[in-house]
Amino acid sequence: MMHDLKAATILLLFLAALTGLVYPLAMTGIGREVFPARAGGSLMRVGGRVVGSRLIGQYFRGNGYFWSRPSATAPVPYNADGSSPSNLSPDNPVLLRHVGARVKALRAADPGARGRVPVDLVTSSGSGLDPDISLAAARYQLDRVAACTGIAKSRLQALLARYTSRPFAAFMGEPVVNVLAVNLALDRLRARHRPPGGGARGMCRRTPVSGRM
Amino acid sequence: MTANGFWQIALILAVAFALSVPFGRYLARVFRNERTRLDPLMDPVDRLLGRIVGRRTLGMPMGWKEYAISMLVTNGLMGLLIYLILSGQGLLPLNPLKFPGLNPFLAFNTAASFITNTNWQNYSGETTLSLFSQMAAITFAMFAAAATGLVVAIAFFRALAAPADGGRNLGNFYQDFIRALTRVLLPLCLVITPVLVWQGSPETLHGLAVAHLVQGGVQRIPLGPVAGLETIKQLGTNGGGFFGANSAHPYENPTPLTNVIEILLMMLTSLSLVVTFGIMVGQRRLARVMYTVMALMLVVAIGVAVHAEQAGTPVLAGSGLMIHPGHGQMGGNMVGKETRFGITDSALFNTVSTAFTTGSVNSALDSYTPLGGMVSLVQMMLNCVFGGKGVGTLNFLMYGIFAVFIAGLMVGRTPEFLGKKIERREIVLAALALLVHPLIILLPTAWALASPGGVAALGNTASHGLSEILYAFTSAAANNGSAFAGLNANTPWYNTALGLVMLLGRYVSIILMLAVGGSLAAKPAVPSTIGTLRTDTALFGGFWFATIIVVGALTFLPALVLGPLAEFFLLYPHG
Repeated sequence: MMHDLKAATILLLFLAALTGLVYPLAMTGIGREVFPARAGGSLMRVGGRVVGSRLIGQYFRGNGYFWSRPSATAPVPYNADGSSPSNLSPDNPVLLRHVGARVKALRAADPGARGRVPVDLVTSSGSGLDPDISLAAARYQLDRVAACTGIAKSRLQALLARYTSRPFAAFMGEPVVNVLAVNLALDRLRARHRPPGGGARGMCRRTPVSGRM
Repeated sequence: MTANGFWQIALILAVAFALSVPFGRYLARVFRNERTRLDPLMDPVDRLLGRIVGRRTLGMPMGWKEYAISMLVTNGLMGLLIYLILSGQGLLPLNPLKFPGLNPFLAFNTAASFITNTNWQNYSGETTLSLFSQMAAITFAMFAAAATGLVVAIAFFRALAAPADGGRNLGNFYQDFIRALTRVLLPLCLVITPVLVWQGSPETLHGLAVAHLVQGGVQRIPLGPVAGLETIKQLGTNGGGFFGANSAHPYENPTPLTNVIEILLMMLTSLSLVVTFGIMVGQRRLARVMYTVMALMLVVAIGVAVHAEQAGTPVLAGSGLMIHPGHGQMGGNMVGKETRFGITDSALFNTVSTAFTTGSVNSALDSYTPLGGMVSLVQMMLNCVFGGKGVGTLNFLMYGIFAVFIAGLMVGRTPEFLGKKIERREIVLAALALLVHPLIILLPTAWALASPGGVAALGNTASHGLSEILYAFTSAAANNGSAFAGLNANTPWYNTALGLVMLLGRYVSIILMLAVGGSLAAKPAVPSTIGTLRTDTALFGGFWFATIIVVGALTFLPALVLGPLAEFFLLYPHG
């Protein structure tokens, strides 16, 4: 027993140093040398300033942007400092209320939108930081974004195609649109395409929906 | 299930099964102390360790008792080291966000959780742990706990291999432990981690990035050495996340490719150990029977879970949403799931994670449909659908001893298993090893349900609330670590109760199983005759399977009826 105690102590201290310090520090070194941007969190910059991460979603609700999914993080949606799902069970009445309110908000933002709403656009994700929406969820918002940015729908469709990541090996995973990347591209386009003066439809003047849902 | 989903699952399972054969052979080589290709690289590390631990210690043969004691001493010290680091992280380096030390209850729960390979987390990493704690406490514990599970199974296999000296030499714990780390876990992590970084998982010593958003406001984005932790978390069937959202977090699991890699890592060792068992014990036919039974249970579980999640829920269907997949979206129950994984990759990941008792999740189990969530619960209750590193195979063998005993009673033959007579001592120990599990699940669940503090922690109500508590103790007992996470278990009572259940679930059953091994090893082999009940046949495989299901159902069906099944019938009143 005493013999074990001594052997185990020495062994553990050495292995703790090997697996708990040498290994992660070596990996950090490799990451910094070989994939510096990705090892550093895939940060996106505009004019040298960090505006977010390609992998961490943001809460977009402006009418001239593609909306991201709802988020259940506290105290604000898409709080990267506290990743969390809603943990609401399928029979929880709160879930029903939330989904109903989200569908209503979508319809209010674009009264002309037809058809059923894609599920992912009105449900919060597992991390609360989902950077993507489904292709259908992006297409559902095309009319509103076109009207409010003054950018032609065909151009927007081309934009979506560019920012859609295809499933790995054509069938692993889902085709999704990165919301931050596509919205940053919208900003760049918008700088060149001013919407015709006063031509924006009523829905575009609405203040963005705020609050947590 | 979609056609696309079917082919994804089929391909991933095929790759996993195919990898397990060569890797199982490799494990046998490693633990028979044969030469491996990694020797030139790792021999210097071994020599160094040999020098500091002492060659005599490493060369000493151990019986089951010595092996168990060395394992307990090592794990106890591990727990102490982790407890000290977590409590004292405020004074330790690499703490860029200046987190204080953990309170004693949470530090105990976390230490117990990580040495037992459970990785239940009553905290969120990004708001609680320093980078030093994530590395020196968490990442280290993930290696060491995985190595412990692995070598215990190896010692048991050696006992079954009937050594000539009657079980006085099951190998040397320290030697096995070192080889598990330097020949299996560490090399694989060194190869896989850069792949995860390439896909976007961070690996940095910067603790935080601050983003100035185009819509105004800032977003604080915690960072750290995520990828290195993620690899061993999956490979070691540990499951504890760097972030609160675990493998749903885009930094832990950024793409569908990393999702596949993580699934394969979770499956690799537990699948391979069955092959290793066949080689080391000289029972390849029996290993094939075991592998087939476990694989069938796994395939059924995946099928049920994916189907249930893809079907969606009445709430979603009634809200006028696109519930069917197609037209550029995934449909189904997307509550708590990530779009890049959709339904199939989410349900597959979580089902594999609870079968192999990893406990990492890439979607919120609390928001799963009643049947989708029940699949995870049932797999942890059976605790042998391949199961966690090492212990899963052993649990399955305990059921085998049980099955032999029952079959022997039915046909009136002396029960024999692997050429050894199963007598009173073995059957009592095996029964105890199997009974500990339901006991430490159902008793604390009942206690929690009867106490105001236990119920106050619930995140959802009614049947689903019962499931949350039942799930917590099942997960702790099975050393899984996944959760119906609406339950707020970071209270002194839950921290203590769950911590104790994790410790009992791990060490009591391991000691009992090693005792069974020691007892079998000490017996003379009986020659196989025409009257011997053969265990390596499809017929016995079916009987083995039936034993598992019957014992599991008798034990857990009442609890399941009150929890997920009641929820199912209330949610779908018209079938």
